[in-house]
Amino acid sequence: MNIRKNTEAERLNFWEKLYIPEIAKGMGLTFRQMFKPKFTRQYPEEVWIPTGSYRGRPVLVNEDDGERCVACGLCSRVCPALAIEVQAAETERDKERYPEKFEINMLRCIYCGFCEEVCPEEAIVMSKDYDLVFTSQEEAILGKDKLLVNISKLQDRLEFLRQYK
Amino acid sequence: MDIIWVLLEALIKAVVILTLILLFAAALGVWAERKISAWIQNRIGPNRVGPFGLLQPFADVFKLFMKEDLVPKAADKKFHRIAPIITLGIAISVYAVIPFAGDIQIGDKIYHMGIAPDVNVGILFVLALTSVGVYGITLAGWSSNNKYSLLGGLRSSAQMISYELSMGLALVGVLMIAGSLSLNEIVGKQDVIWRWNVIFQPLGFLLFLVSSFAETNRTPFDLPEAEPELVGGYNTEYSGMKFGMFFLAEYANMSTASAIMVLLYFGGWQLPVPAEWLGLEQGSIALAVAQFFNFMLKIALFVFFFIWVRWTVPRFRYDQLMNLGWKVLLPLALLNVLLTAIGIWLLK
Repeated sequence: MNIRKNTEAERLNFWEKLYIPEIAKGMGLTFRQMFKPKFTRQYPEEVWIPTGSYRGRPVLVNEDDGERCVACGLCSRVCPALAIEVQAAETERDKERYPEKFEINMLRCIYCGFCEEVCPEEAIVMSKDYDLVFTSQEEAILGKDKLLVNISKLQDRLEFLRQYK
Repeated sequence: MDIIWVLLEALIKAVVILTLILLFAAALGVWAERKISAWIQNRIGPNRVGPFGLLQPFADVFKLFMKEDLVPKAADKKFHRIAPIITLGIAISVYAVIPFAGDIQIGDKIYHMGIAPDVNVGILFVLALTSVGVYGITLAGWSSNNKYSLLGGLRSSAQMISYELSMGLALVGVLMIAGSLSLNEIVGKQDVIWRWNVIFQPLGFLLFLVSSFAETNRTPFDLPEAEPELVGGYNTEYSGMKFGMFFLAEYANMSTASAIMVLLYFGGWQLPVPAEWLGLEQGSIALAVAQFFNFMLKIALFVFFFIWVRWTVPRFRYDQLMNLGWKVLLPLALLNVLLTAIGIWLLK
């Protein structure tokens, strides 16, 4: 008869069946762990700064001579969560179009980055902001005043996009 | 007139000791559990409330007081309310018979350090009370009218009754050596480190240790509150301070079990070396203070051990638990009684 030993009692030898030596081994391990360096980050004091690859709050790039966005509405179309609303208007400047209204509902945004990916002007990018706090639903809808961010603060992300997009 | 003074003395002791227990055993126990579990998992643990996060348990309890006290519609309201009171009450009342230090002599009057430390059946009283503790958990499980709570309660009662047997039998060895049920006398016989019972009763101590893990429902025997299978166990339907009482009772029980183990096997409040070596006079207050802190330190070490084991060892399966209790611990406890009897007979 060739029956494999498979029940728990048969697989363990006597020493292991005593439990105590094996438990002592385990406890030695956990005791050593207590003195190892900790992984905890003391968050509000010790802030984590993401790298360029991080997808935080989407923002509009604002160059020194005005915003990049031409209000084509592609981001709004591609947004799977229907978080973006754009209304275009025309101006006399070289770039003939600009968004009269650009709103992102941060309660809907899922930080997928599709808007950034589809944008032909590299006008909407994902920033490094991750600690977003709102006290009301209205407050969570960000208008242009909050979305426009100067290009100097977005260099890391733009660099990353240039490399990998 | 005399009886009033005796009662007053007991009352003062009770207030002091209960405050001490609730403050240190329960609150510090919760803090230690969180801190040590954090260290073992390479985290820091609570450090925001007070120095080293020491006030964290008070913040926790305050939160529990603020919470809504929900009682399920189908629950048996009366028993649902009584169950946590039984559990915490029993956990605390065991301290009535625990001696915290040697007697103090002021003038010609002798003061006992403990609420009622010279009870001559002390250890029996402890065993009796811890058995009543099963009611709290079983009633909590049953009165919640929830199948998971009920299963948790049933498991708990089966587990505690099974392990009480081996616990009681493991104790017999100590009782045979001491020849008394009084905790004071058992401690009195272990006056120096080489006369501690753990040296004569290593097997008995091991059995008692394992059984007290089961009795206090701590890992690896925390089946009554096995979260993956039972949602929360017997306390699933409890919220607010009623849950808090179960929570505190667990830590009070843990320190009770530690205290009993220290008393029975590790010399209780006795210093490891004779008091004369340290220049302390028998019956003096200085010696009593030293003994008290010595006792507390030993309890703290055992509480640390309880927590350490919890964050190391995984939970037993139910059949393994019952097999271990009935097929291993019980025969070993009987063997221990036999060996102790032979040892005493040979040495006489």
